[in-house]
Amino acid sequence: MKELSLNILDITQNSLAANAKNVEIVIDENEKTLRVTIKDDGRGMDEETLKRVSDPFYTTRTTRKVGLGIPFFKLAAEQTGGSLTIQSTTESADPINHGTLICALFYKDSIDFTPVGDIVSTLCTLIQSLGNVNLVYIHTFPGGSISLDTSVLKKTLGEIPLSEPEVIMWINEYLNEQYDNNV
Amino acid sequence: MKSLEELAKIRERMLSKIALREGENDIRIVVGMATCGIAAGARPVLNTLVEEVALQGVADRATVSQTGCIGICQFEPVVEVFENGKEKVTYVKMTPEMAKRVVAEHIKGGKPVVEYTIGNAKI
Ligand SMILES: Nc1ncnc2c1ncn2[C@@H]1O[C@H](COP(=O)(O)OP(=O)(O)O)[C@@H](O)[C@H]1O
Repeated sequence: MKELSLNILDITQNSLAANAKNVEIVIDENEKTLRVTIKDDGRGMDEETLKRVSDPFYTTRTTRKVGLGIPFFKLAAEQTGGSLTIQSTTESADPINHGTLICALFYKDSIDFTPVGDIVSTLCTLIQSLGNVNLVYIHTFPGGSISLDTSVLKKTLGEIPLSEPEVIMWINEYLNEQYDNNV
Repeated sequence: MKSLEELAKIRERMLSKIALREGENDIRIVVGMATCGIAAGARPVLNTLVEEVALQGVADRATVSQTGCIGICQFEPVVEVFENGKEKVTYVKMTPEMAKRVVAEHIKGGKPVVEYTIGNAKI
């Protein structure tokens, strides 16, 4: 992928597909490193699936289609000298506290570091398809931070869905404005 | 500065519109947003469609939604248009510029942009 924000979009869509009710994207940046954490309370992954997403060439006789979203993200992190870790608890293992936590660490001074790119576009795309899911976004960097919580927006919007085009356009401008004021 | 008050105003405005719109949403624009679609450029296509539907004033007739892999990865970004009583139209290798034209000519004007459809695209 050309931008990390495209990987983030791809990974977070798995959370939505896993029936999460709450999704959190945190980007934590300092001079040297950038850490992306994506957390959801979806159905989680079993041992078998975890093995498969960490190594796309790992197969069992029952494996059908090989997903590439997580392997791409992992590669992007490892190319910079960083790493990707996944912790996941399935719904059957813990009916209350289930979900997935993906954490990717990047070294920004590596020549293979992929820039974050248009994260605002990624957020707008995600919010457009959230339905009843809540999304929290936090980006901290030296000298500032940006955040968005869709549950706050929903309170203001009432019965108007977040996916309304005019609402998405407002969120787009709102976030871009926050970023413009922070550089 | 954008503020939540502004969002509240959008809400007021939308409320009256949405009341009128009940049941009239008969065009569905669906964008493939799996790994293959995203890598091929589906994100700006999706965002352009959402924006143009609002800007060209067809939000009362059309909704934009996302789906997983449509199964024709080599043609991504793929956009499908479903309309009651009409055959599905599949657009392939879409760009934001093409998306604008699809909203203007197909969604607003009622005439599919044949040259962008799967049987006719230059690939
Ligand atoms: N957050 C998640 N929660 C539950 N299952 C997940 C999650 N992320 C990934 N998976 C599982 O792992 C599979 C592979 O994911 P991925 O490598 O991103 O490929 P793809 O999304 O293209 O299938 C998914 O199809 C899903 O079954």
